[in-house]
Amino acid sequence: MGAYTLLRVERGGLEPGIPGQFFMLSPPGRLLPRPMSVCLAPPGELAFLLEVVGPGTRALAALDSGAELAVFGPLGNGFRLDVGRPLLVGGGVGIAPFPYASEALGGPRAVLGFRSAAHAEAAALVPQAEVVLEPTYVTECLPGGEWDVLACGPEPMLERVRALAPTAQLAWEAPMACGYGGCYGCVVEVEGRLKRLCVDGPVLEAAA
Amino acid sequence: MSVPILNASGCLDALAAPAVARSLDGFVTKTVTPLPRDGNPPVRIAETDVGMLNSIGLQNPGIEAFVTDHLPQLAQLAVPIWVSVGGFTAADYAETCAALDPRPEVAALELNVSCPNVEEAPESIAELVAAARAETSKPLYAKLSPAVPDIAELARAAETSGADGLSLVNTIRGLALDERTLAPRLARGAGGLSGPALKPLALAAIFACRLATDLPIVGMGGVQTGNDALELLAVGACAVSLGTVLFADPEAPARVRRELGDAAAAHGFASAADAVGAAHTARGEPALVRDQPKVSV
Repeated sequence: MGAYTLLRVERGGLEPGIPGQFFMLSPPGRLLPRPMSVCLAPPGELAFLLEVVGPGTRALAALDSGAELAVFGPLGNGFRLDVGRPLLVGGGVGIAPFPYASEALGGPRAVLGFRSAAHAEAAALVPQAEVVLEPTYVTECLPGGEWDVLACGPEPMLERVRALAPTAQLAWEAPMACGYGGCYGCVVEVEGRLKRLCVDGPVLEAAA
Repeated sequence: MSVPILNASGCLDALAAPAVARSLDGFVTKTVTPLPRDGNPPVRIAETDVGMLNSIGLQNPGIEAFVTDHLPQLAQLAVPIWVSVGGFTAADYAETCAALDPRPEVAALELNVSCPNVEEAPESIAELVAAARAETSKPLYAKLSPAVPDIAELARAAETSGADGLSLVNTIRGLALDERTLAPRLARGAGGLSGPALKPLALAAIFACRLATDLPIVGMGGVQTGNDALELLAVGACAVSLGTVLFADPEAPARVRRELGDAAAAHGFASAADAVGAAHTARGEPALVRDQPKVSV
C-alpha cells in the first residue's frame, strides 16, 4: 500500500470491535505486542495498516502469507458514531482507522495528509478522500462550516485539530506494552492530565 | 503443595483486568506512596532486543485514596492482596505501613526499596525496613535490586531489621536509543529493565540470598515459561511472580502454572514445591536445604 503495509489476518470468531478500537499484535521474535487500530473488517478478516518504524513493525510487515499471528482484542474505546456531519481528518499512518470508520459512517468527507505521494497511496482505502501533501498540512485545508471531526494522526496535528474543532474526537497513539491497563506505559498528557490510552482512549474527546 | 504464582508489582491493574488477577494466587498492587503521584512524563516504555524498559515513576493515587477507594474494590476480587509500599524517606514507608496495618483486606506488605525510576530514600535499607516494621505486624517483604555489589548483605540487613521475606528482584536501570535519531526513547532517558535480560540476575540474587538468610523468597525476573519459574525455585525462591510476560500474555498465570507442573515432573519432582533449593543440593550442599519457607498468601 505505497509506503505502508496492509496486514490482513483471518479473524476466526474474533469480533472486530468498533472503529477506533485496536488489537495487540505479537510480532514474531519480539517480547511485546504492538497496538494497531482496525483498518478494515470484511467478513472473516481483520486488516491493519502499518508503517515500519522499528523492529516490531518490521517483523509484522515481513510476515509471510499463511503465517500465524497472535492477536488480542478488540481493546479500548472507539469513535462515537452517533454524529450528524462527520469529517475524517487523518495524518500519515494515522489514517489507519478511517477505512473502517468511513464504512460505518456511510462514506463521509475525509481530508488526509501525507508526507509524500508514495505515502498518499493509502488514501485509496478511504472513499471520497481529499489528499494533502506536505509542506501543506491537513489542518490548513479543513472545509468551512460545522463538522463533527474524527481525527487521527501525529500529536501536533491532533493539538491543531483540537484548537480548530473543540468538539472533535481525537484518536491518540503511544508506545504500549499490554493494551489492557496494566503497564501504565501508554499515557499521554491531555490538557495537563495523564490518560492511559488503552483504557481511557485511544479515542478521547478534544474537550476532555 | 503448590507454588504460589503472583504478579510483579506494577505489571497488572486488578481493577482493569479482574479475570487476570483472579488467575493468580495473590495480587501485588502497584506501589503506593503517601501522596498521589502523576508519575513520569511520556514516553514511558520501550522494548529492547533483550527486555523492556519502563519509566512510570510510581504513578499512584496516594495512600488515602488507595485505602478509601481502591482497597475495598480489590477486596471484592477474593484474591490475597499484597500492597507494594514506596516512599522517599523512612517516614514515608512508616506512614503508609501504619495506614495499611489495620486493614484486614491486606495479606502482606512489600517494601519497594529499589525503584530505579525515582530518587532513592537517603536512609539505608535496614532503616527503611525497621521503620516499616515498627508500624505493622503484617508479613513484610523487602524488594531488593540486583544492581548492588553484594545483595546478600542487604538481605541479611533486611532480615535483622525485621523483614519476614524477600522479593527478588526489582528491575535495573537501562537505556535505549531511537534507531533513527539516536535520542533516548524514554522521556527520562533511563528506565527499569525487565524481561528475559533480568533472569540471570534474578537467579544469582536469589541463589546468594538463599545462602545468606532463612527468609522466604518471592522470585521474579524474566519468567516467561514454566521452566523459567522452575529455575527460580531451584535457586531458592518458594513463590514466583510474573511481570513483563503479563503484558504480552494475560493468560500467563495459568500457562506458567501448568508448564511449571510439567517441568517439575520432567525433572522427577513430585511437585514444583519439591524443586525449591534444587540448585543448592545439586552442588552437594545438603546443609543449605532448610525447612522450605512458606509464603503467606
